[in-house]
Amino acid sequence: MKLLQLLGVFSLLSILAIGGGTAVLPEMKAMVTEHKDWGIDDAQFRDIYAIGQLAPGPNMLMVVAIGNHVAGFPGALVAFLAFFLPACVIAVVTSRVWVHFEGSPWRLAIQRGMAPIVVGLMLAGTIAIARTAIVGKDSQICLAFAAVVFIALYFGKKMNPALLILAGGVMGFFLLR
Amino acid sequence: MEDEIPNPKSEAERSETPETSAIPNARISILEIFLTFLVIGATSFGGGVVAYLRNSLVTKKQWLDDEGFLAALEISQALPGLNATNMAVIVGDRLRGVPGAVAGFLGITMPGAAVVFGLALFYANNSGNAAVNAVLKGVGAASVGLLLAVTLQIGHKQLEHRLDMALVALTLVLVSFIHVPLLYVLLTVGPIAVLLYRPHKLTPDRSGLDKRPLD
Repeated sequence: MKLLQLLGVFSLLSILAIGGGTAVLPEMKAMVTEHKDWGIDDAQFRDIYAIGQLAPGPNMLMVVAIGNHVAGFPGALVAFLAFFLPACVIAVVTSRVWVHFEGSPWRLAIQRGMAPIVVGLMLAGTIAIARTAIVGKDSQICLAFAAVVFIALYFGKKMNPALLILAGGVMGFFLLR
Repeated sequence: MEDEIPNPKSEAERSETPETSAIPNARISILEIFLTFLVIGATSFGGGVVAYLRNSLVTKKQWLDDEGFLAALEISQALPGLNATNMAVIVGDRLRGVPGAVAGFLGITMPGAAVVFGLALFYANNSGNAAVNAVLKGVGAASVGLLLAVTLQIGHKQLEHRLDMALVALTLVLVSFIHVPLLYVLLTVGPIAVLLYRPHKLTPDRSGLDKRPLD
């Protein structure tokens, strides 16, 4: 039953993930925390997101941790396949026919029109994580972490984001216990 | 770079299908596709996977030229799914069809999926551990800064008009503050945005919009 729920939720999220992983985060958080019997609250969602950030590769492999939390290894497998397969099939099929639309002015219009929506969704994804990560008694320290990372990446020159994420973990170990 | 491509047919094939300028080469094995994406999947930390992909596929392997890479990236970004996995299946498919796509997908996802699964097991066994919670809290907080920086960088690069800002704000308010389900947001704001940028409206004198592609 839970496997079917995972299949339903993550295959829907896969198709909705226009603009990539961050854009679908608010919807994922809503759907995951609304399934009460999955037992994932805001803080756990934040922890699972953080686990995903610690791994290499595509940034939404956190779905594996959600699946594992809900239904063990089978859950992890179902969530992984459900989240990635539909989008991958769409990508392969579309890339084969895409060439026929080359030069279509509508193709440019779609790209042009979707770009601000994707940025809006990514901002919404940032807010969704911020609402779980910058809360509680340590919220000011957490806000300071976020601000330092943002300033380093946005104004700094070619900082490695992975090192800043790891630094966040180390600083958390000392300051957030 | 293009001059160094050894396949003499590549020029003709590229002009035949200019959007799909992968260099068809039967000697690229499924295993090589898998291993190439496996290395990318194991070494790309911090979300900048596009840079890793370009370095590997265009510079090192020369499976794609820059134009082909950008064409594949453009498709990846326009479709559902993550850029990284979409690129892996599109490039894998162009090199060796569906088996190539499967190899690319498994390669780029397996290392991270294994790490996440291992960490998830560790997390499940240490959920009450104060140190573990503190580390993840710190990572979560730092991630907020990373997400904001990446989002603003993309926005800065791609958006230039007040209309863009209005669409950003509309989407943000609908999703974050009114909590409209994503499906409805995409089905309403999406067509509106595409219509606002419909081909005949792209006249600079009337609307201030220009015809340049985004990137």
